[in-house]
Amino acid sequence: MVTYAILFVIIIVGTTIALSWPLGNYMKWAMDPESAEGGAARFTRAFRWIGGRVTRVQQDWKRYIVAMLIFNLVMFIVSYAIMALQQYLPLNPDARGAISADLIFNTASSFTSNTNLQHYSGEVSMSYLSQLAALMWLQFVSAATGIAALAAIARGLAGRKDLGNFFVDVQRATFLVLLPLALVVAILMVLGGLPMTLQGAAHAMTLEGAEQIIARGPVAAFVAIKQLGTNGGGFFGPNSTHPFENPTFWTNALEMISIILIPMACVWMFGRIVGRTRHAAVVFAVMLALVLIRMAFAVGFATAPTEAFDQLPIAQNAGNLEGKELRFGATSGPTWAVLTTSTSNGSVGAMHDSLNPLVGLMPMIGMWLNEDLGGVGVGMINMFLYIVVAVFIAGMMIGRTPEYLGWRVESREVKFAIVALLAHGLFILGGTAIFAVTPWGTDTLNNVGPHGFSEMLYEFSSASANNGSGFEGLGDNTVPWNVSTGIVMLLARFIPIILPLAIVGSLMAKRRTAESAGTLGVEDGTFAGMLLVTIVIVGALTFFPAATLGPVAEHFMYMVK
Amino acid sequence: MDSLLGSLRLVVVTMLICVAGYATVIWGIGQILTSSTAQGSLIMAPDGKIVGSRLIAQNFTEAKYFWPRPSAVDYNAAAAGGSNKSPTSTDLTKRAEEIVSRYGAKAANPLPPELAAASGAGLDPHISVNAAMYQAKRVAEARGLPLSQVETIIRESEFAPGGFLTPDRLVNVLELNLALDRLAAAQ
Repeated sequence: MVTYAILFVIIIVGTTIALSWPLGNYMKWAMDPESAEGGAARFTRAFRWIGGRVTRVQQDWKRYIVAMLIFNLVMFIVSYAIMALQQYLPLNPDARGAISADLIFNTASSFTSNTNLQHYSGEVSMSYLSQLAALMWLQFVSAATGIAALAAIARGLAGRKDLGNFFVDVQRATFLVLLPLALVVAILMVLGGLPMTLQGAAHAMTLEGAEQIIARGPVAAFVAIKQLGTNGGGFFGPNSTHPFENPTFWTNALEMISIILIPMACVWMFGRIVGRTRHAAVVFAVMLALVLIRMAFAVGFATAPTEAFDQLPIAQNAGNLEGKELRFGATSGPTWAVLTTSTSNGSVGAMHDSLNPLVGLMPMIGMWLNEDLGGVGVGMINMFLYIVVAVFIAGMMIGRTPEYLGWRVESREVKFAIVALLAHGLFILGGTAIFAVTPWGTDTLNNVGPHGFSEMLYEFSSASANNGSGFEGLGDNTVPWNVSTGIVMLLARFIPIILPLAIVGSLMAKRRTAESAGTLGVEDGTFAGMLLVTIVIVGALTFFPAATLGPVAEHFMYMVK
Repeated sequence: MDSLLGSLRLVVVTMLICVAGYATVIWGIGQILTSSTAQGSLIMAPDGKIVGSRLIAQNFTEAKYFWPRPSAVDYNAAAAGGSNKSPTSTDLTKRAEEIVSRYGAKAANPLPPELAAASGAGLDPHISVNAAMYQAKRVAEARGLPLSQVETIIRESEFAPGGFLTPDRLVNVLELNLALDRLAAAQ
């Protein structure tokens, strides 16, 4: 089993790395045309025509943020309206009714913030119009928002006068990056056996004479952008464990590649825009190391069989199969769990609630570090926060002025970075603490003991990391869960975009110094080590006590004999 | 104000291209190239009635049929889901005890693990060849067929889901049961 696991991981991760390099170069071409004529600049004219007068100005960091917030507010309102009115609108063959206001708020927040935490079950609650025009639409434009923000930050660090124009950038990301990739992947998905129909549920009479209602819909188109845009929200409740979202071993492999492809390419795009490819390679290596370490642990812990069957005459030679699909192979579950939380994707290929306790800890660690590779665009932005802190600490340690790419990093920038990083811990630990001592949380658990605590901890980790996966046993469609995680998702989305843009704005106001022999390098192993240590100390230590109360306690109570 | 207007213009254009245009293209390709799987891989009886989907597990309890993996949602394909129980949960032990007694599993002849473990969506259409062989004797007796004939049918329908990348050999439970029924009808 270990041989197959290693082979599988090498093929998935290796293929994606190989694809991410040319894609990163393409994204640089598409997102940041160098001259005003020719190349991707041809498209810029069309995007200006579509966006109107607001696209003809160059924006500084403040105007860029305002433009992003206004567009995201409109996204929220439009999707909210479609879901709230779905019972009166067309494309509703199974007559889905009204959805409660708190659930719509949570869902609109979730998809606007690129989280895709789902407190509803798609095939139970949503009309096809809601699925396509509200949710799938947000899967495009919320992902594009992240890519646009990264392009803007990279331009600032490259020393440009202004950051570009948000309304042009978001169209570049949507039409030149996401749409072509989604078309390719969706065609492969539909050829791979996913349904793509507007007919309502099929009514079957089974061989034993029972009625079985089989929900279906326009699944292939939805799943492609769900995976590519680090969205992760499933068409059906059980996400990519559902045979219609993921019918074969091969669609499973393609979905796993799609989960990490654009986040990886974003690092190369950043490197190309700031003109420091070697630096990007170092950052990429640090991210990859974090992914592979967690994956090794996850696959290792997953070999332990289902503890609950210990005393029964059941063969225990295949690991823990609860919540897993046979067609994906034995190692897909833990591998997917790590990949989906190494980005802000959050789709699931096995039920995380039913993973062995320490396997379930691995996706949590991914979300606590705020995802090693991160969401499309925002992953590299989050890494930028860690980089600011790392160069500051390194500079203080050796008594040199901290610099990043020639920009002097001073207390103002570090304060912004620390606030953004600590907000994450506050949302997760604060939220879990409140729900753990009130009926808001304790009445909604599906498991007892430390595993119940893990369910709450996971839910807030997922909301704050904009991930969207869950320990889905949690009965989370309640007013307190819907409102609290809805607010956390929005804050945790926009704080780590606004503050990095503010840092870049603050850096741009300074004079850039030429790099000299005295400059701290950002392209060598020392820097990689420093960055890795910063991520582990800032990210992991904050959450260590919470981890011991949940998965670690469960492991020692049950798994150690 | 310009930003709001610009946002609204983007909403209209992205809706037209990324929702209407994109979904229509993929729908069209599905209908033309793979119309059967695009409708949900449905299996029809000779009289045109829908028997089920090749991709979706349905429940079997009669001795003459192979039984699928357990389902936390009772094979409800309109509201799928897993048990979401921790693998340390006593609820899983209780569920497994019932299954063990239904199969009559003993320590000397232990139950293949997936027959006691529910899948993520509760709709996994497959079981391993081992799990099918485990049930072959019961099926053969209930149908009055020689064991070897049932085993041959299992062997004929086995497949490797990931080719050389997976050691597993699986069978589709519904297709296997349909093959048995076809055999009975032919005799």
